[in-house]
Amino acid sequence: MKSVKNHFSLVIALLSILFSMQAYLIAERSIEAYKVNLANNYSVIAVSTKELQHSEILAINSIIAAAKELSPDSVIDRLSSDMKSSNVELLKLIMPKFYKLSLTHYPTPGEVKSLRNDLLKNSSIKKVEDFSHTHDTTYKLLTLFKNVVALFAVVVLVVTVLLIIKELRIWQYKHNERMSIMGLFGAALWLRSAVLFRLAIVDALIASVLAFGVFVYLSSSPFVLEQFNNIGISIVIFDQVDDFMLILGVAMSISIILASLIVLGHKEEA
Amino acid sequence: MDKVIVAKDLSLAYSSSETIINKANFSIDSGSFVFITGASGSGKSTLLKSLYGALKSKSGSLIVGGVELKGVSRSRLNFLRRHIGIVFQDYKLIKEWTIDKNIMLPLLINGYVKSVANNQVDKLLKHVRLNHQSGKFPLELSGGEQQRVAMARALAHNPVLILADEPTGNLDEYSSELIWNLLEGANTQLNTTVIVVTHNIPKTLRVEYKHFHIEYGSIHEVC
Repeated sequence: MKSVKNHFSLVIALLSILFSMQAYLIAERSIEAYKVNLANNYSVIAVSTKELQHSEILAINSIIAAAKELSPDSVIDRLSSDMKSSNVELLKLIMPKFYKLSLTHYPTPGEVKSLRNDLLKNSSIKKVEDFSHTHDTTYKLLTLFKNVVALFAVVVLVVTVLLIIKELRIWQYKHNERMSIMGLFGAALWLRSAVLFRLAIVDALIASVLAFGVFVYLSSSPFVLEQFNNIGISIVIFDQVDDFMLILGVAMSISIILASLIVLGHKEEA
Repeated sequence: MDKVIVAKDLSLAYSSSETIINKANFSIDSGSFVFITGASGSGKSTLLKSLYGALKSKSGSLIVGGVELKGVSRSRLNFLRRHIGIVFQDYKLIKEWTIDKNIMLPLLINGYVKSVANNQVDKLLKHVRLNHQSGKFPLELSGGEQQRVAMARALAHNPVLILADEPTGNLDEYSSELIWNLLEGANTQLNTTVIVVTHNIPKTLRVEYKHFHIEYGSIHEVC
């Protein structure tokens, strides 16, 4: 019981840091996946007075992934019933060319503006429709969501660091006495600190394994998967190798820094 | 006879304004039994602290076991302490360790193999008449028993010097007698130098001893 109590405080503090970190990673991955979805459905329309080569359009801005000329036939068909065939031919000649531009990724509002300016620099392009209002709203919504999650993660981090500092003081008090007594019998610093570092490493391992278990369960939970399906994205919620290494690394680093601070702050009894 | 401690013009202080021991000169022979007495606050414990390097001298020279403690490096001080056994009035046992592990501490620090250390702990527990308490934690024992554990720890690594700070200060007659017997035994059988800070020198002591008295910051030998 006493041994469990020894580990409990730091394990809980570490777990909350690991959870907030992984929550932030999941939110970021979701947003990136959602942006890919949006990028696939988002395009810019450019209206040109003359026909443009595909390579010529791609050279305008590196964000343009592909350009497709839109056929004017459906418009002309609607008008042709009321027009003479000679006029229809004339209309075909004077009608501008419409290009649908697909982009490499979901652009920021700045990139949309820059693309628009670059397109209009071309003397043949007279009009650009970038649907900027809809784009801006969606982009701002995504940014807001990301920032809220980041803020949440930072708040959890700050609160947890405060908890860890309090725990550090308790550890300092608890371990100082033992370290001083060991010092009286000539124990080297590494030997005096060994128990502390072992405790810190064990706590980091316990927290990492617990976090691993919870995230493996969550990443295969039908409820969680359904939530992502509902918004049409599929992401890696928890990578069992990369993410585990990351949480293990973070937990170990925090624990070892904590133990090192105690060792550095240790004052021998005079 | 070899000198285990040599102090020349030794001054000790916790702050620059108040000197506790002032320009003391004394030496202690190897294998001797020494008492240091004095009134409360006279500097007995302060002197003892300086002997194991927990308090640096303000001025003068203090050589313990051939090591000059003024400006001694941490590693050299650790080396010296591995040859000293210390007993405190408040025992200074590690509460979260069993008494066996507490006794084993100097052996582990001195690099003894675990099996040898275990054997030594068993012998010491019998020696201090606590073999029936093996596996218990310090707070499960009485004050007298805890001090016997501290004694066993001080003896564990066959130190050349034992420093005891009022080792029987909190103990009943039976436990006090046991502690004095253990200190006498270490001195007579193992030729360990024993330095005891105390208020009262026991009358039943069978060994020859030297007696230093501290008064008004100076140390003088009582004949």
